[in-house]
Amino acid sequence: MGFDALNNTWTLTKVRIRLAMRNRAFFFFSLVMPLIFLLGAVIFIGRGRTQWIGYILGAMLTTTVMGSFWGLSVQLVTFREQGILRRFRLAPVGAGPMLASSILSNYFMALPVVAFEILVCHFGFRMQSWGNLWAILLLVTIGSATFSALGLIVASVTNTMQETQMINNLIWMGFLFLSGATIPLAIFPNWLQRVALFIPAQYLATGLESAATKLVTGGELFEDVVALTLGLFVAFEVSRQLFRWEPEAKAPRSAKLWVVAAMVPFLLFGTWEAVRGTRLRHIRTNFQALSMMSSVASRPAADK
Amino acid sequence: MGEPIIQVEGLYKSYGAVQAVRGISFVVERGEVFGLLGPNGAGKTSTVEILEGLRTPDGGTVRVCGLDPEKTGQAFKQKIGAVLQSTSLPDKIRVHEAIELFAHFYRRRVDTNELLARFQLQEKRDAFYSHLSGGQKQRLALAMALVNDPEVVFLDEPTAGLDPQVRREIYDIIEELKQGKKTVLLTTHYIEEAERLCDRVAIVDQGKVIALGTPRELKHRSAGTTRIEVRLARAMTNGQLARLDGVSDCREFDGAYVLHSARAPQTIVALVKQLEAEGNELQSLEMFSPSLEDVFIELTGRRLRE
Repeated sequence: MGFDALNNTWTLTKVRIRLAMRNRAFFFFSLVMPLIFLLGAVIFIGRGRTQWIGYILGAMLTTTVMGSFWGLSVQLVTFREQGILRRFRLAPVGAGPMLASSILSNYFMALPVVAFEILVCHFGFRMQSWGNLWAILLLVTIGSATFSALGLIVASVTNTMQETQMINNLIWMGFLFLSGATIPLAIFPNWLQRVALFIPAQYLATGLESAATKLVTGGELFEDVVALTLGLFVAFEVSRQLFRWEPEAKAPRSAKLWVVAAMVPFLLFGTWEAVRGTRLRHIRTNFQALSMMSSVASRPAADK
Repeated sequence: MGEPIIQVEGLYKSYGAVQAVRGISFVVERGEVFGLLGPNGAGKTSTVEILEGLRTPDGGTVRVCGLDPEKTGQAFKQKIGAVLQSTSLPDKIRVHEAIELFAHFYRRRVDTNELLARFQLQEKRDAFYSHLSGGQKQRLALAMALVNDPEVVFLDEPTAGLDPQVRREIYDIIEELKQGKKTVLLTTHYIEEAERLCDRVAIVDQGKVIALGTPRELKHRSAGTTRIEVRLARAMTNGQLARLDGVSDCREFDGAYVLHSARAPQTIVALVKQLEAEGNELQSLEMFSPSLEDVFIELTGRRLRE
């Protein structure tokens, strides 16, 4: 990217943040809803067990970061359908700055929500440790960019808002239920756990769960970070290649192949992990430890 | 005179089975206001969007400011300004923000306050785009087209759908551009717009240029005839009316008869006599001095806004 492109990216980022701040729906979906989920999870899952709060925080941070996937694809399709992208196309600004600015603005807007969630868990629900804040920041940064780029791919291969929302829903459900963010992966049958290894959200969820529950080292997070970073670069390039300015320009058939290309990093990592088995063992061990801790903590009450 | 600032040679563009542009050619000189006049679906927007670099032609060559719009990308975009047939911006962007944002993309920039003043948008500088009226949105679109002080301005139907008052305001702005010796390519289906604003006009129909020249030259094609439009109580044949004194051409459109006459007073007297003789009645009669509409009717047998 040249200087002009970087400059345009930064200008567009600032404008996008300003526009989002004026949007009530953004406040609801980006700030109010994650907090409602957080409170619900702490009340119904945590049930006063403070040792679960870190785990819940990891899961909530994962859903917050994955939310980038939804927001950007819907926004891009809306802009395209309304002919807004068309006006930008007349100006000397390319697809790169348009896409990069939406990813960046989304990241900057996710940061306060992430910070708020951590503070609520620590001070409001007496989370025992801060986890590894640097690791959380790293994963939130890469994760937000990766899921934004994946959302941009969906926007590029779908032709209408209905189509976008339908595909988003399908993928989102997969992300939500197979990542381990909402339902612990360890309780699924073995074959489903193996399927989950191919899902990008799984790397984010595992990484954030580890970072929020204990002081992890960079080395322990290495695989999650590499998988997400590779996913980011491939997804960004694919979304740039598939970017369409015009409302009437339909996605070419070859677009489907590009989507497969975007999944290559996760297919490779998934295969590697399925063969090696370390990740699944780690996930199961963590879950068992957490279950044991909570059963020990609840025993005196049960004995009475 | 130097090299033309816009050169279009044998342009073709199809959408599936529909041939929108079929061999259009013309040149535009620097400082000229050039009009593409034609009915909806004539191929005007396709042509102008190829010139703006928004569409790829199927055939022919195009040069704008000496550059190929399709191949020179950003360098080309630095030199042009454009108003699309319909401009859309995010609802929650303020007027001054939109101008500043677009100005930022260019190396050469016009001061935002100067543009706001020029387009009478100072009072609306902090208003959201969604709160602007149609005319204000169009003035903003024009201001955004001029943020880079472009060499060529493309205006695609800039007054379509606007009320007469706003349309006149837009005409004043275009006349200002004309006085400033800015090259403007304008597409329109309004006769008065083309006649009032354009130095030269290409009349386009069914993807082809069917006449090209100054409005005066084109109107001379009608050989100084007056257009008389009449509505009658009972229908008559075109042949009967065409035989009236002075009538050179007669056609029927939507129940009205359009006569072209070199001697309008004699034609009207003859018409009244003929109607009296046949027991028919004149419901309305309007007379128009020769216009580009007449040229279009003469060449195509249709009205511009059919």
